[in-house]
Amino acid sequence: MSFRRRRSNRVRPFTFTGGRTRSRHPLMVQTLVSTSEPGQEPPGTLMPESIKIYRLCRETRSLAEVSAELNIPLGVTQVLVSDLAEQDLVYIHPTITGSSPSENQVLERALRGLERLFQ
Amino acid sequence: MVSNDFSSDGKSNRKKMSSKIVIAGGFGAGKTTLVSSVSEIPPVTTEAVMTEASIGHDDTSITPDKKTTTVAMDFGRITIDDELVMYMFGTPGQARFWFMWDDLVRGAVGAVVVVDCRRLADSFDAVDYFETNKRIPYIVALNRFEGRLEYTTEQVREALEVSPEVPIIDFDARHRGSGGEVLKTLLRYALEHNRAGETVA
Repeated sequence: MSFRRRRSNRVRPFTFTGGRTRSRHPLMVQTLVSTSEPGQEPPGTLMPESIKIYRLCRETRSLAEVSAELNIPLGVTQVLVSDLAEQDLVYIHPTITGSSPSENQVLERALRGLERLFQ
Repeated sequence: MVSNDFSSDGKSNRKKMSSKIVIAGGFGAGKTTLVSSVSEIPPVTTEAVMTEASIGHDDTSITPDKKTTTVAMDFGRITIDDELVMYMFGTPGQARFWFMWDDLVRGAVGAVVVVDCRRLADSFDAVDYFETNKRIPYIVALNRFEGRLEYTTEQVREALEVSPEVPIIDFDARHRGSGGEVLKTLLRYALEHNRAGETVA
């Protein structure tokens, strides 16, 4: 009986996302997110989890960090952040994948940075 | 002093960008040890809920009972400069989570397969994954336990079927400098890889 009660209290992740499981923006675990207008209060229409994300991302963070700090599974975080981006409430930063030669400059910068940090 | 806040300067922080390195290898090979020795923050664990039936095909009629699995991943961070942050993600060690690797590997600059020389077979799945997919550059890092290596790099290359061009280096996952060397080797290799691609194009 007690087991059943515990289960019914649990909120399933997709309740937050309205059943959506895919986000519209290319969001990877390492993608940085920041609140567009850090000085402003989040709109009252947002869900509590989205409000938390809005507040947390006043300081730039990766999707994985948002997920870990707010204890929201990655997939759910992805959908919520994507919705916030759709409303221009958060900014999604570029992600360097190194897959095109045009990104070599950034990779070289990363290498020089590592050489400086790990001498 | 490392601050968690590497932004807070309003719109100028829009220049910030990030990249990712994947740390793979067998269970207990030293992935988390490597992440923690090079990371500026203690490794963070996040959970991903995976629906196994959605991997590979969307035809759920074959598997009407979708199974969800919660997978834990460790990650660390290195702030390269004001505008560039690099994250290191450890893949879940158990082979049965291979289906997760695609999601994790997508968009990575490269990968490191950490190998425990005493248990070579445990890292075979990881090597096989990167050899088969060939989507991102990877290197093999032999974790030196108690200072000794059981096999030569060439023996390891043969045993794990690592392509001749893939760098294999030995290191000590517990030492920051040694871990840093692994990351530098990967980036140099990734750059070579890209330059070679450029010449062909």
